[in-house]
Amino acid sequence: MTMTMRPRERLLFEGADWDFSTLQRIHDACEEIALGELGLDVYPNQIEVITSEQMLDAYSSTGMPLFYRHWSFGKHFAHHEAFYRRGMRDLAYEIVINSSPCISYLMEENTATMQTLVTAHAAFGHNHFFKNNYLFKLWTDAEGILDYLDFAKGYITRCEERYGETAVERTLDAAHALMSHGVHRYAGKTTIDLRQEEKRQQERRAHEEQMFNDLWRTVPVGRAKKASDGGLEKRRAALGLPQDNILYFLEKTAPRLQPWQREILRIVRHVAQYFHPQRQTRVMNEGTATFVHYQIMNRLHERGQISDGNFLEFLKSHSNVVFQPSYDDRRFSGFNPYALGFAMMQDIERIVTKPTEEDRAWFPDISGRGDAMAVLRDIWANYRDESFISQFLSPNLIRQLRLFHLYDDPEQTEGVLVSAIHNERGYLRIRRQLSREYDIGWTDPSIDIVDVDLAGDRRLLLQHIMMNGSYLQEADTRLVLQHLADLWGYDVLLQEIDDSSTVAREHSASPRKIVQ
Amino acid sequence: MHIVDRRLNPRGKSLENRQRFLRRMKGAVQQAVKRSLQNRNIRDVLDGGEISLPIDGMAEPSLRRGDGGTADHILPGNRAFVEGDIIPRPPGGRGGKPKDAGEGDGEDGFRFVLTREEFLDVFLDDLELPDLAKRRLAETEEETPVRAGYSVSGSPSNIAVGRTTRLAMMRRVALHRPRREEIEALQRQIEECEDDESRLALEAKLKSLTEKSRRIPYIDPLDVRYRRFENEPKPVAKAVMFCLMDVSGSMSEHMKDLAKRFYLLLYLFLSKRYKKVEIVFIRHTDKAEEVDEETFFYGPATGGTLVSSALAAMRRIIAARFDPAEWNIYGAQASDGDNAHSDGNLSGQLLREILPLCQYFAYIEVGEEGGDSSISRSPLWMLYDGIRSELLPLSMRKVCRRGEIFPVFHELFQKRDAQSRVTP
Repeated sequence: MTMTMRPRERLLFEGADWDFSTLQRIHDACEEIALGELGLDVYPNQIEVITSEQMLDAYSSTGMPLFYRHWSFGKHFAHHEAFYRRGMRDLAYEIVINSSPCISYLMEENTATMQTLVTAHAAFGHNHFFKNNYLFKLWTDAEGILDYLDFAKGYITRCEERYGETAVERTLDAAHALMSHGVHRYAGKTTIDLRQEEKRQQERRAHEEQMFNDLWRTVPVGRAKKASDGGLEKRRAALGLPQDNILYFLEKTAPRLQPWQREILRIVRHVAQYFHPQRQTRVMNEGTATFVHYQIMNRLHERGQISDGNFLEFLKSHSNVVFQPSYDDRRFSGFNPYALGFAMMQDIERIVTKPTEEDRAWFPDISGRGDAMAVLRDIWANYRDESFISQFLSPNLIRQLRLFHLYDDPEQTEGVLVSAIHNERGYLRIRRQLSREYDIGWTDPSIDIVDVDLAGDRRLLLQHIMMNGSYLQEADTRLVLQHLADLWGYDVLLQEIDDSSTVAREHSASPRKIVQ
Repeated sequence: MHIVDRRLNPRGKSLENRQRFLRRMKGAVQQAVKRSLQNRNIRDVLDGGEISLPIDGMAEPSLRRGDGGTADHILPGNRAFVEGDIIPRPPGGRGGKPKDAGEGDGEDGFRFVLTREEFLDVFLDDLELPDLAKRRLAETEEETPVRAGYSVSGSPSNIAVGRTTRLAMMRRVALHRPRREEIEALQRQIEECEDDESRLALEAKLKSLTEKSRRIPYIDPLDVRYRRFENEPKPVAKAVMFCLMDVSGSMSEHMKDLAKRFYLLLYLFLSKRYKKVEIVFIRHTDKAEEVDEETFFYGPATGGTLVSSALAAMRRIIAARFDPAEWNIYGAQASDGDNAHSDGNLSGQLLREILPLCQYFAYIEVGEEGGDSSISRSPLWMLYDGIRSELLPLSMRKVCRRGEIFPVFHELFQKRDAQSRVTP
C-alpha cells in the first residue's frame, strides 16, 4: 500500500515527541480519512492541550470546561486526585465535549501516537456521533451549551452574592439529589435552544415577581368537605400529573420557592437533560469512536504516515481499551462499553461485507449490503444503546463473548439459575436481556408525582412502581426525600407499589425549614 | 481546526470548589486531622498529608433501585455452564452480581490530601488559636534599611534634593554659567544702546552667553543624587529548643499524648518564628539520653525517675554545643511531676544553673484526664515553685485535658517585655 518512494518523508511524526505543527498535521491527516474515506460529518474541531491537573479539573466538573461552583466538584477532584497520586488509576486520555465547535482535550503527557489516537477517537469519532445521533439532535444544543453554562455560572454566582452561599448550596444540593429525575424522557414539540433560555430567564423573573400563584389561590379554604373523583382528575390535569420530571414539577408548582430557586432548579434540569443522551448511548458512542480511531489509525499506517513502531504502540493502547475481562476475572466490573461497542461495530462490518448463512437469516436488511460505512453511519444516527443491542447483537458475537444469563431469585435458596447461554435457544433471550440492561427506562426506578393533597395539608404524593419486586435503596431514598420535602415546603409521601398494585413500603419526609 | 494551548491557563480551577468542600466538611476534617496526628511525626505535620474522611457526611444521594426482588444479569466469559445450572451464591453477596462500575471506590472512607497550610489551619483552628501576632517571641532574624550615603542611581522617590542642588550649583559656578541677572542686564543694554556697532557687539556677547547657558544646564543629570539605603542585618541569633520529657513508668499514654501535643505546637510555633531552630530531644527515666524525634515520641522506655539526669544532660549539651552568647536557648519540660525524693536538691541546683543561660524555660505538668489542673502538690512542682519565686525565667502550668493544651501554650509563650519576662 505504501507509496513507492521514501515513505519516511511522509511520516506525520517520528518517535514520541510532538509540537503544535505535529498536532496540525495529525489532525489534517485524520480529517482527510474521516471525511474523505469514512464519510463522516463533524462539527468544526477545536483541540485544546491541557495538563494532567487540568484534566483532573475537567473530570471533576462532569467534563465541562466551565461550570458553576459546588462543593461536590471539590470532592470529586480530591477523590480522583488521591487515586491518581497513588497511581491506582490512569487519567483518561481524552475528554470531548458535545459542543460546536467540538472541543477535544489532549493531555500534554501523551505521546505523538496517543495524540493521533485521541484526535481520531474524539475529534472525529465522538464528534460525528454527537452531530448525527438523533438523541443528541433532539435533546442537546451544541451551539448553545457553552454560552448557557457561562450564564449558569454567572447566575449562580450572583445568587450567592444576593442570597448567601449557604442558601444557594442547599438549593443546589437538593436539586442535584433529584437530578436523575429531572429529565423529560419524551420529546415535546419544542427544540432545545439554550441561548434563548438565558433571555427568557430575564423575562420570566420579571413576570414571576408580579404574578400571583394561581394554584394556591384556588385552595379551598374551609369548605373542603368532599373532594370528588371528578375534582381529583381535574386537579391532576391542572398540575400536569402524573409527572415523572420531579424537578420540572417543583420548578413550576412548588409554592414556597423563590424565583431564583426555581431558576436554579431549571439550570440543574437543563444540565441533566444535556447529559441524558450520553447516558443512553455509552456503548454506541464509545463503540463509534473506537471503531473510527481503529479505521483511521490503520489507514494512516497503510499510507505510511505512521511508522511500524508507533503503530505497535497504538495497538497496545487500543487493545487495553477494548479489553473485556470475563465475569470470573478479578478485573471484571461489568461490561466495558468500549469493548462491547467496538466488537459490535466490527461485527456489523463483517455482516455487511462477508455474511454467513446465519447472518443472512438474522439480519436480512444489512447482510451483504457491501458498504459497511453507509450502514454504520445509518445505525449511529438512528439508535441508542437499548435499541442498538436489541437489533444488532448477533449470535456470532454472543458466542464470541460467551455470554450467559443469570436469573437471581432470592426465594430460590440453592443458588442462581443459569437461564440462558450462548446457544440456539439462548441468543434471543440474551440479546433481549442485555438490551434491557442498557434501557434507562428499565434500570432507573420509575417514580411519578401522582397527587397533591390540596384540600388538606398540601402533601405531595409520589409513587414508585416496583419492577421485579425490588425496593428503592432505603438510606438514599430517605435523604433524597428530605431534599424533596425541603423544596416542596410541605410533607412528602413516597409509596412503593408492587406487582399487585398494593403499597408495599412507604417513605415520608417533612420539610426541615423553608429553603431560602 | 483550532489548536488552543490551555496549559498556561490559571491553575487550580477547582481550588474554590475544594475550599467549599473543606468548609462543608469542617467537623469531619478536624476529627480526621486529630486522628492522623496520633500516628505522625511532628515534622510530617508540616507537610500536610492524606487524611481519611467518613463518607456519610458528604453523601450525594439519588433515587436508586435497592434490595429485594429478582435480578437478571448478562455476563461474559462462560466456560462451563449450561442452561438450567444452579450456581451457589457466593457468601455475603448475590450470586455473580457484578459490582456497579464506580461503586467500589471509597465506600468505607474517603482519602483527602490536605496541603500543609490547610493542615495547619485545621489543626490550629481545632485549638482555637487566638491572634498569634500579639505574642511572638522576639524575631531573631530581621533586616532593616539604614542610610548609607548617596548614589548616582536609585528610585525617584529617593532623590536627595539638597545634595542634588548643591552639586548643580557647584558645577554652575565652576563652569561659569552666566547668571540670569547678567543676561537681563545685557538685554537692557541692547535696548538702550543707540550705537549700531556697539549693539552688534553686545548682541554677539548676548548670543554667546545664552549659548553658554544652554550648554551648561541649570541642573544636569550628572548632579542628581539619590539617598542610598543598605539592608543591615540585625545580629542573627540562633535558637535551640530543648525538649525534656519524662518517660518513666508513671507516665500514662494520655500524659504522653498531652506532652506530644505540647511539643508539636512548640515545634510549629518555633519553626514559624525562626528560620532555623535546632531541637534537642532529651528523654529521661532515671537516666537521660539524647534521642531522635522518632525515639522521643515512640520509643518504649520505662524505669524510675531522676529529673536531675535530664537537667544535667541539658547543661552538658549547652556547654558542648550551644554557647549562650550565640544561641537563644529555650527549654521545655514535660513531666507528671514525679521525682525521686533524694533527687530534689540536685535537680533544684541544676535548674538554678541552667535558668540564667536560658531565654525561657517552660515546665508543663501533665495529669490524668479528669484531674484537677489548678493545683499540684507533686514533688517537682513544689521544687520548681520555690525556684520560680527567685525571679528566674521559669513558667509552669498543669494540664490534664487536651483542650487545655493550647490555652496553656498560649499563656506560656505570650510576648513579654524583657523586664516582665519572669512570671510571678
